Amino acid sequence: MTETLSQIFIGTLLANNFVLAMFLGLCPFLGVSARLNTALPMGAATTFVMLVASLCAFGLNWLVSEFELEFLRLISYIVIIASAVQLVEMVLKKYSPALFRALGIYLPLITTNCAVLGVALFQTAREYSFTQALTFATAAGLGFTLALLLMAGLRERLRLATVPNVVQGTALSLMLAGLLSLAFMGFAGLGAGE
Amino acid sequence: MAASSLIPGQKQLSNVEELLEGIWKQNPVFVMVLGMCPVLAVSVSAVNALSMGLATTFVLVASTFLVSLMRNIIPKEVRIATYILIIATFVTVVDYLIQAISLAVYDALGAFIQLIVVNCIILGRAEAHASKNPPLKSVLNALGMGAGFTIGLFALGSVREILGAGKLFGIALFGPEFQPWVVMVLPPGGFFVLGAWLLLFNWLDSRKAKPAAMQAAEVRT
Repeated sequence: MTETLSQIFIGTLLANNFVLAMFLGLCPFLGVSARLNTALPMGAATTFVMLVASLCAFGLNWLVSEFELEFLRLISYIVIIASAVQLVEMVLKKYSPALFRALGIYLPLITTNCAVLGVALFQTAREYSFTQALTFATAAGLGFTLALLLMAGLRERLRLATVPNVVQGTALSLMLAGLLSLAFMGFAGLGAGE
Repeated sequence: MAASSLIPGQKQLSNVEELLEGIWKQNPVFVMVLGMCPVLAVSVSAVNALSMGLATTFVLVASTFLVSLMRNIIPKEVRIATYILIIATFVTVVDYLIQAISLAVYDALGAFIQLIVVNCIILGRAEAHASKNPPLKSVLNALGMGAGFTIGLFALGSVREILGAGKLFGIALFGPEFQPWVVMVLPPGGFFVLGAWLLLFNWLDSRKAKPAAMQAAEVRT
């Protein structure tokens, strides 16, 4: 891999934004983005889990290739992610019960957030080195947070607008996401230059 | 329906209703809006959409069958972890299977085959249905859900391929002067097309909800 760290960072954060360009992590994106004050902690928690998952996946990938057990890769990744989420959950419950309740069902659902598994799978597929993998995970997490915050801001504004009944709900959110995604297309070519 | 009288005296859903549940009333894509990531990412063409739908259906049916068989053995505390392990096993099987059958499809779907593991539909079905129902019912329900998911994917994939490339299954539909809407095969198109489908269903629902009297009046005039 000849990509520099800054190329990976910018490319993953903007041009190939996990949510808006690669469609990863859409469930929390549509589910938690109704309010700004839950969007930020959700993004932070996801970023943290992504970093832990990326670290562990790097070690696991080495272990699994060493013993030629590639077919176990997926299963071991998902177990690691589930444990990392459990850890975040326990820490949040202890230090910030209010936040824990606000995030509700979406917290354990980080396990099934495809963005997290996506980070682990993509870094393996692209054969990133250790520092590259960490940069990739950080950028992916920040990109997810950015998309979540933008969407939450827009949706808070939209609540004051009058829209026809038919359009309300998920359909409206999807159209909004489409417009955001269109805007992010403007970043194409930045960074990795794929 | 005639077939629904097969098991009389059953107060739960009959087998046929169980099967139809996921196709229409609880369609995972259009009604429950679950498992959106593969739906939007893979639906750039009808072929991709169909193969993704079939792969997901296979994992869904196989894992709900196993979960349902083992529903009395699995301890409550570790059930989610067990479900995920079961699902991950079948996804690994599908991953190798697709790689063996068609390398082109495998490359087109990319990481999204492995990402079936985290598709909320499958875990949702295991938790909400298979853990409480006998194998036959679970499998029927999973088949219906899988079919509903495949139909949803296909609806999205075909629209995006027709508008974005002027083709369906790789066959050109319009004359050479057709200008493809490139945006449809790009990421924003996925959001727009799904949004449009949901709009259509909302509109149909709202029409159905109108008072019958008004409709009768419309018919008379």
